[in-house]
Amino acid sequence: MRFAETGFNLEIDLTRGNIEKIATNSRDTELYLGGLGTNAKILWDRVPPEVEAFSPENLLIFGAGLLCGTPATGCNRTIVTTISPQTKLMAFSMMGGFWAPELKYAGYDKLVLSGKSEKLVYLYIHNDSVEICDASHLKGKGSIETATLLKKELNQPKAQVAAIGMAGENRVYYASIEQGRSSASRGGIGAVMGDKGVKAIVVRGTMDINIAKPLEYMELCNGVLEYIKYREDHPIPGVMPILAGLGSPQEMKVHDEKWHTENFMWGNSRTRRKDFWTKEIEKEWTDTMVNARTRLISCFNCPMECGATLSLPGLPTYMMKCFTKLTYTMGAFSDLDFGLRIAQKATEYGLDGFSAPQVMAFALELLENDILTDDDFPDMPADNEGRFYYLLDKIVRREGIGDILADGTHWAAKKIGKGASKYAHNNIKKHEQLPLKLSMLNPIYFLMYATGEKMNITQIEGQFPQAPFPKKEHREKFCEDWIQVPHEKFKQYFIDWELRGENSIPFYPNVEMTCDIVDWQEMMHYIDDALGQCAGLSSFPLKPPYHIHNYPKFIEAGAGIDMDEEKLTRAAKRYRTLVRAINIRRGMRRKDEKPPANHWKKRFPELEEKLLDGYYKLKGWNDEGIPTKETLDELGLDFVGKDFLARGILKEDESLSGKACTKGQDIVEEKENKSGGPGS
Amino acid sequence: MDNQVDQTSKIIKTIKIDIDKCNGCRACEVICSAFHAMPKYSSNNPARSRIRVIREPLRDVYVPVLAGEYTVSECAGRDKYTIDGKQYEECAFCRASCPSREEFKEPDSGLPLKCDMCEGEDEPLCVKWCLVDALTIEERQEKVEDLEQSLALEDLEIGLESLADKFGMDKIMDVLVRMNEKE
Ligand code: SF4
Ligand code: SF4
Ligand code: SF4
Repeated sequence: MRFAETGFNLEIDLTRGNIEKIATNSRDTELYLGGLGTNAKILWDRVPPEVEAFSPENLLIFGAGLLCGTPATGCNRTIVTTISPQTKLMAFSMMGGFWAPELKYAGYDKLVLSGKSEKLVYLYIHNDSVEICDASHLKGKGSIETATLLKKELNQPKAQVAAIGMAGENRVYYASIEQGRSSASRGGIGAVMGDKGVKAIVVRGTMDINIAKPLEYMELCNGVLEYIKYREDHPIPGVMPILAGLGSPQEMKVHDEKWHTENFMWGNSRTRRKDFWTKEIEKEWTDTMVNARTRLISCFNCPMECGATLSLPGLPTYMMKCFTKLTYTMGAFSDLDFGLRIAQKATEYGLDGFSAPQVMAFALELLENDILTDDDFPDMPADNEGRFYYLLDKIVRREGIGDILADGTHWAAKKIGKGASKYAHNNIKKHEQLPLKLSMLNPIYFLMYATGEKMNITQIEGQFPQAPFPKKEHREKFCEDWIQVPHEKFKQYFIDWELRGENSIPFYPNVEMTCDIVDWQEMMHYIDDALGQCAGLSSFPLKPPYHIHNYPKFIEAGAGIDMDEEKLTRAAKRYRTLVRAINIRRGMRRKDEKPPANHWKKRFPELEEKLLDGYYKLKGWNDEGIPTKETLDELGLDFVGKDFLARGILKEDESLSGKACTKGQDIVEEKENKSGGPGS
Repeated sequence: MDNQVDQTSKIIKTIKIDIDKCNGCRACEVICSAFHAMPKYSSNNPARSRIRVIREPLRDVYVPVLAGEYTVSECAGRDKYTIDGKQYEECAFCRASCPSREEFKEPDSGLPLKCDMCEGEDEPLCVKWCLVDALTIEERQEKVEDLEQSLALEDLEIGLESLADKFGMDKIMDVLVRMNEKE
């Protein structure tokens, strides 16, 4: 018997309409855990680098985390993996909500989609019965609307539905997959779902998930609940409210937006408005939120209530969580009422709330600077809000200029030419980032931004305070009950960290410390993504209930796999390296690993190179960021090593210096023109 | 605590449900199904839970319902409530394991489920796991007559009764006789 996981994947070939239930190998679970880990293994094995995002050979994998469906609080993530049309690299985006546990209860750990359906379909998975059904009546419908219609049509009020909106159908490069209060947004995976002709996936499951050591497992779960209660009563002093507690940043609860509105950039990530937050604005925005919000809501088996149901007068109800609250508002220089209203439309269309407003602000900036002209925007209203609505519709329909903008700022700028690339200034690896522009280089953030393959800083950062506390005694106090550190040395790193002077950024933490810190942060996110645990109770907040010391016990008692900290650390390193290998094989190299040039005003090129060198070395990668043969062999990834040698990515005698191997970039650039085709 | 109660009185536990506080997380369903697995906590399946959260986020409907009595046939007349401007489905607040719906039945056997207040635990586990206090417990002492025995038998009776409805009493008796002979 398999524990925690079901031991089966559901494979659907959309071209042939073939449905198969495939038994998985428990050895893979031991090596790659589940979720992201085993997703990456499948992607490596079956999607070679020649395969493009919109090729039938691309896979779209919905992986439920290893512990999803067990009573582990907050363990509900679906990890969606594919090749991104925008970055052309591996995309993996997590969605919370209720879908992953339902898939497990239906008897599957993953749903693997291949091929392409000629006509629009939806999938209906009800335990052992799986159907591919005609979805022509749902074409053009909103994502939430679709879910409601399907639940009714199938008379399955308890089913969970993941659906795309018009943006996904029309293959917008930043289309999301929406699921109730959650979405998998980054990397354009909704476009891949649309390209495969799948409008929605309905899941209903009523079968058991087994636990290897029931009493031990329950004790661990109860321990987590106790710790959550403890942390509710003991917020971290000295940090802003959204960082003091647990959960995803509590944007639906918190009304004080001084920090975001005055420190994050407005428009196309350009303008800082230092004295924006006044008493009047605070009152107006609080009223907007309080009136719109009907209820705070949670994901499956979690008390944190990070999301909310929002009903604005005259608009259908929708659900939201996190920072999408402000992205449209700030992109359009408008107010919260506008932001929440347009987000309702954008959610139905199924768009990434980070990229979409930035693309629109980018378009308006090009217009302002005469790179685009009024002719490109026929009949566009004059006011900012009206323009945003106008652009939203053009983009999701791929009409006129919208067809170009639908590819995101990077590719749109290339197509537009005339120096437009200068305005696509806030990308990493072709992907739009949070609108932050800061002064002094922060070495920790530099490394996270540069080397992160999750593409979104909130899914890379965490655990370690974002800045030192002003007083040493406070830092010492913080360390007193800091049980989550993998090693005592992290406490000293923090205690010695000062706001000013020798021990301050950019040179403190030093290269070695910075590498250690980032390695820890990244490892915890990767573990979460394999287990299906929400980062909001683990890798993201300070002092979370899940950490490297109790995770091995969870895996052992839950899944019945022998586990200790060392083995878990190695497993995480193994599939983290595999993710890198997939991207290396697709052409990613050191020169792609850089934050936006203007992210910080004060840059330190020499230090930055040293940071990269140090981090690559710690990871067992060569100067180009390519995992070395030794590293690969040591992790049991010798098949990757062989492939790298065969492709000339590594050379037999120079596995330690890969400077010569910069060909990869050409692979990426070469493909630019092929994939910019119009939407279906 | 229960042991100290004198024989003629008993602690009556009431689970109070505050639907305004419910966030729809279904932790209550998770823990209930885990607790009633055999052996305890060995499996999870909210479909086996004795509490169900009727959840319609877009209409802001959140109703945790604890499984009550088994009923042979569905009601002929039903109620529809409108509270605070929200209309609730027929049967929304009903606790019965009833032929008219999927709620409160074992998914494979179809046998009815009933909340047993987590017999043997210090407190009902759904209450313990609902950290947001949508479920809370209220206890009071009440005089009762010799209920102990009948409570213990109640589960068995409910099960048998539903089997009898499904297969007919004669069949059940047949099977019992055969089972007896085998032993
Ligand atoms: S912490 Fe928030 S986002 Fe994470 S699982 Fe819980 S409710 Fe969902
Ligand atoms: S645990 Fe509490 S908040 Fe969660 S669904 Fe049950 S009653 Fe509602
Ligand atoms: S009290 Fe116990 S048996 Fe009854 S619904 Fe709650 S968890 Fe289930």
